[in-house]
Amino acid sequence: MTRKNLTLLAVAAIAALALLGLALPRWLLFLCTMAASHGIVSVGILLIMRGGLVSFGQGMVFAIGGYAVALSVTHLGISDVVVLMLIGTIAATIAGAAVGPLIARYSGIFFGMLTLALSMVLYGILIKSTAMGGSDGFNIPRGTLLGMRLEGGTGDYILYVLTIVSTGLASLAVAIHTRSARGLVTQAVLGNSLRVEYLGVSVQSVMAMNFTLAAALGGLGGALTVLALGHIEPTFSYWTQSGEFVFVAILAGAQSVVAVFVASLALELVRSFSNLYFPNTWQMALGLFLLAIILFLPAGIGSLWSRRAGGKSPEPKISASEREAAR
Amino acid sequence: MQLALTILMDGLIYASWLFVVALGLTLIFGVLKILNIAHGSLYAVGAYMAANAVTFFAAWGFGGWYALLAMLLAAAVTALLLGPLLERGLLRLFYGRDEVILLLVTYALFLILEDAVKLIWGVNPYYVTEPYQLFGNVAFESMFYVGYDFALIGLAIVCGLIVWFGLNRTVFGKIVLAVIFNREMSASMGVNVDRVHLAAFTVGVFLAAIGGAFTAPMISVQPGISVSVIIVSFAVIIIGGLGSIEGAAIGAVVVGLARAAAVHLFPEAELFSIYLVMAAVLVFRPEGLFQRAAARKI
Repeated sequence: MTRKNLTLLAVAAIAALALLGLALPRWLLFLCTMAASHGIVSVGILLIMRGGLVSFGQGMVFAIGGYAVALSVTHLGISDVVVLMLIGTIAATIAGAAVGPLIARYSGIFFGMLTLALSMVLYGILIKSTAMGGSDGFNIPRGTLLGMRLEGGTGDYILYVLTIVSTGLASLAVAIHTRSARGLVTQAVLGNSLRVEYLGVSVQSVMAMNFTLAAALGGLGGALTVLALGHIEPTFSYWTQSGEFVFVAILAGAQSVVAVFVASLALELVRSFSNLYFPNTWQMALGLFLLAIILFLPAGIGSLWSRRAGGKSPEPKISASEREAAR
Repeated sequence: MQLALTILMDGLIYASWLFVVALGLTLIFGVLKILNIAHGSLYAVGAYMAANAVTFFAAWGFGGWYALLAMLLAAAVTALLLGPLLERGLLRLFYGRDEVILLLVTYALFLILEDAVKLIWGVNPYYVTEPYQLFGNVAFESMFYVGYDFALIGLAIVCGLIVWFGLNRTVFGKIVLAVIFNREMSASMGVNVDRVHLAAFTVGVFLAAIGGAFTAPMISVQPGISVSVIIVSFAVIIIGGLGSIEGAAIGAVVVGLARAAAVHLFPEAELFSIYLVMAAVLVFRPEGLFQRAAARKI
């Protein structure tokens, strides 16, 4: 797909979704807002995952984005949602750019565990800091747009549109990036990182770049979530939250950005219905769902409709003999 | 001086049971190449089983020292029930997949076990404090310590030695080491790799369960204990190097001391301190303290 077609498609999809929002009941509208704002974080994980690494600590940038927004409201008195959204994104991008180069040299499980550690460090700091609400977090009032306070059903709808437009455009940027020369190098790193280095490309800088981009998306997600939720708490940075982001990325598979949002919506729906009908076992339902996906749909739900020509499956590169031995 | 001693003792006591749990985690990783997130849940199951077993034993008239036997049996039953069930019934299906996928499989397992534990034992805490008094108190440098804590340190040393001896001085242990070193080659030499996997996983579960069983008298057994345990044992084996027994021991002591120091000096930084140490170790030794850097494949 060319860049032009991609852009047209994305704009059309955003417009369609924005119109669809008018017809949705309020609870489903909120669910979709949450799905999109969480989904964009998982898109970030997908960016990192294309290089063969998985971050189990995206909760960190998610929380940084969220807290940047919430603190800007309470301490700086900023209430414009677009400005707040940008603040959250920029704060997380700065954090990502600072951390990225440090952790880019780790591979495999170590990268995952180190990102997990960083997010848990942040969590540890947040629950102890009484100035930022401690373990309960704090509430923020609804934001404004162009001086108008976003309240009631209209406010919900405007936040939904803001979320759809910003995450949609961010996803478009990601889709264009992954097709660019810089983005394709990541795929080469997955193929063989040593050869990529022999060709004169720094694998570390590619990975640091991906991490920073993912941080920006994570911050955006955190900012949008806080704006819609009106509440922030340290669990944003907790490892189970990060686990959910990875869950969605795996569920979606590496082939399509759209699939991430579908997966994210599926998760939100499963969560809210399980909460309603079997509140004590919804984690179990989630676990079984995840196992079923990994077992029966290893390339994610994206593989159901997107069979890119020549695209390699995200199956790990393991020789047939090793697979045989493992059996 | 007094403070330093307190920190040292608290750190070692914390390190003792942590080492037992982390030993299971590192053994499972070494043999199966799976970083088992559900390990903390197995610890929790062990703790609940022990709480029940001790109560039952006491009700049948086997109080006092029999409680130790009850806890040991609880751990063994947990391992024999869950080990084969999880390895044969679930993990086997995913062998050969990417490490990260396996991590997610155990994450799913963690989610399932968490709710299963709540369904079986409910959400109310269990208290079995009686065995905690078995060893009396020990006076040490004008401080009093509970004898049970020292017994735990002894248990950790015994567990570590048995696993080390089993791996390095027995035929089956050598076979396990061969499988760790090269799964494919071992299989072609006629080693029953499936059996090694099953045995290693079951022993790993037993270690998690025994850690849980013997800490049960010290804590209130309630939902949520698994999460803190898994988070800390991850740090331990990452610091020590994945798959290394010596590493797990050093890692547990380092984490124990770091945590004890934080608790006494900066109480706010309890969890923070553990991960700070882990991050610091990884900066200087990316593969952990006791792990040789792997050659990169071209």
